[in-house]
Amino acid sequence: MTYRILANVLQVLVILLLSPLTAGVLNRLKEIVQSKRGPSVFQPYRDLWKLFHKDQVLSERSSWVFRATPYVVFITPIFVTLLIPVLTAYPLFLAFMADMVGVGFVLGLGGFFAALGAVDTGNPYGPMGASRTRMVGFLAEPVFVIVFFTLSFVAGSTIPYIVQKHWVNSPASFLEPSHVLLLAAFFMLILADTGRIPVDSASGHFELAMIEESKSLEYSGSGAALMKWGGYMKLLVLMCVFLNVLVTPWGLASEQRATQLLLAIPLVAAKVLLFVLALVVIESSLAKLRLFRISEFLGAAFITCVAAMVARLFTA
Amino acid sequence: MSDPPFTAALESLNALAGGLFLLTAFAIVATRQTRSCLLLFIAQSLLLATSAFVLSVQHQSLHLAAVGIVNLVSKPIVIPWILRRTLSAEVYARREIDQVLNIPTSLLIALALAVLAYFLTLPILEGVAPQFRSANVPIGVAGLLLGAYTLTVRREAVPMLIGILAMENGAFFAGIALSRELPLIVELAVASDGLVLVFVTGVLVRAIQQRIGSTRVGELISLREESAPDAVAE
Repeated sequence: MTYRILANVLQVLVILLLSPLTAGVLNRLKEIVQSKRGPSVFQPYRDLWKLFHKDQVLSERSSWVFRATPYVVFITPIFVTLLIPVLTAYPLFLAFMADMVGVGFVLGLGGFFAALGAVDTGNPYGPMGASRTRMVGFLAEPVFVIVFFTLSFVAGSTIPYIVQKHWVNSPASFLEPSHVLLLAAFFMLILADTGRIPVDSASGHFELAMIEESKSLEYSGSGAALMKWGGYMKLLVLMCVFLNVLVTPWGLASEQRATQLLLAIPLVAAKVLLFVLALVVIESSLAKLRLFRISEFLGAAFITCVAAMVARLFTA
Repeated sequence: MSDPPFTAALESLNALAGGLFLLTAFAIVATRQTRSCLLLFIAQSLLLATSAFVLSVQHQSLHLAAVGIVNLVSKPIVIPWILRRTLSAEVYARREIDQVLNIPTSLLIALALAVLAYFLTLPILEGVAPQFRSANVPIGVAGLLLGAYTLTVRREAVPMLIGILAMENGAFFAGIALSRELPLIVELAVASDGLVLVFVTGVLVRAIQQRIGSTRVGELISLREESAPDAVAE
């Protein structure tokens, strides 16, 4: 009992504390690929520290939505952490509270509040970014639905722990075309959802071109820190779903022992590092798409996913 | 060869090649650049060769291995080489490709074609012996239909040519699974036929480009003897 509570706490702590590091490594590697030195990998921690020690400026015109948004954005990835396998291959307390569709809804709640908060202050760039995020969001929605539909078609469930068991138990079906195509579609969905390069440039500082970033322009002090931290956590959480459930379902703690649990941390970190490397390659070699090309990108993800389903029909 | 895990591994490898083959067929419909269209075709041919090699090990057939080798040499190497020699770099550098329909619509139609291919091949699969009943047949037929569809919606000469070649790839992808003893002479004939096709089309496109300055087939809709000013102006 205490072990399970500890495992849950550890899981949340790993996501909470390692997510800024993930962002830092990503930024550093990107700069290195572009033959620059780049900031230290611990820079996100320093940023957060600095922001938490600054005063917060709130517009008089803003409502409670603006003030509540940072907390919602910060809390939702932590909720999701309780639903997915981060370190353990066996389900923890809340594992059966929601499936991967639920994960998407909880993260979507954070995105919804971020969009509302951006509109709330009346800053001209905020609503623009918010409406663009919604555009990407509603284009990503059918892909999202079809990905999980295909997943339940292929793996027989959408509860992340059960799906993970499915791939671990049947390595033969791991190379199935439906699985590989599903991975590709899910990866594209993650890129769109976290505002990564073919859809949005996460490191851009040009307000007119921003999609994701412009929603947090108005925040300062601890609000900005929570928004940033929530963003880092969202990326890491999605990586964990993708890596631990679909791509490399191995290396998680399979027994209820503390050593295994601790051993799982470096293994998961190694997987995340590999994923970050893939992201760096993509971010450094592709250009950002024009706004109205995003529908084609997500259309391609949709087709890939339906191709996964069709391939499943063909091979079965 | 009768080792069950080994056979299962081969089957899953073949299925994987099939899935990626289907994906490249979709991607050929959707890409905008001529160069990436050609690269996708090369990838597709490599997947076809992979599938041929896997099936040749699985059925212990030298013929299929020969099919794989012919494919490996002719499509990923010789055809791109011929196209590079006959066409100017300007054709490849073009980013936008004319399409009759916009890309999301044409992808949806392509999807419908793939599902159609599944239902078309169901009766064929019921007729063949169980050991030949693999995913290659529906995927190959889907590749064939998607190639034909590429040919229909594209209005640029080189991608249309790639559409024809993708059709051939699809037909072979289905063919290698249905027959263990595919006569080599047939494969050689088709491969050389493909080369001649590429060569003739390449020369033709080059001539069109030299005369008109464009390879947009969609714009060549009226026959006029006097030099058409609007076409030249481009």
